[in-house]
Amino acid sequence: MHRRFGSIILDTVIRFFIPFLLLFAIYVLVHGHYSPGGGFQAGTLLAISVILVRVVQGPGAEWGLRKEAAVILASLGAFIYAGIGLLTLFFGGNVLDYGVLPLGMKEAKVRALATLGVEIGVTLTVMGVFIVFYDLLTSGPPQKGRSVFQGEQDRKED
Amino acid sequence: MRMVSLLALALLGLLLFPALGNLPATGDPASPPSIHVSPRYIEGSHEETGADNAVTAVVVDYRGYDTFGETVVIFTAGVAAMLILQAGGSRSEDSL
Repeated sequence: MHRRFGSIILDTVIRFFIPFLLLFAIYVLVHGHYSPGGGFQAGTLLAISVILVRVVQGPGAEWGLRKEAAVILASLGAFIYAGIGLLTLFFGGNVLDYGVLPLGMKEAKVRALATLGVEIGVTLTVMGVFIVFYDLLTSGPPQKGRSVFQGEQDRKED
Repeated sequence: MRMVSLLALALLGLLLFPALGNLPATGDPASPPSIHVSPRYIEGSHEETGADNAVTAVVVDYRGYDTFGETVVIFTAGVAAMLILQAGGSRSEDSL
């Protein structure tokens, strides 16, 4: 079901392409304060760079993120966001009212930094979930028991 | 059943069409959304949040709780997809 798609040309092209894609993702993330961009877009770009390698090189891709790691990162992202919200609560503000965090800077600066932290959380979640989606939809049925896919195949044969 | 839904839709349309004329024009500076919070976002977002991009200020700072909900929705979608597509076991055999 999930097999290698690329030729040597595609392989060479993505080797050149992926670093720029990753750099652009980081740029979109940290530059979200000044230009269009932010966590959702950066997460999508990061996920796409991993998925692109998987599409071209197949399941035995040399570079990427395993599904288990992607799930952990996705959870970590949501945890970072919720954790910043809880921190603001502990320091006496409303949930996600970043101004109360004691970082020893002007309030606007603190808010900008906290915003970046939150965006990193969003990025991790979006990236992890998209990688998980791709792996789930391209991998075959699970080893034990039967999956949704296998059930449909059986019905077609009937 | 289809006729009933069509009839209900037609009735709803009849009810809603007269209200169309009362909606503010697109970009009307005197419309309620434009005079309520928008001026504060536009004038104060840089001083208050330190973000040069007003959209980021609104999405992550003023409406941070909303964005947290979006993030959790995406995370939940991923977990749900894992639970459905990776589920083995005998349940699907029973139902098919």
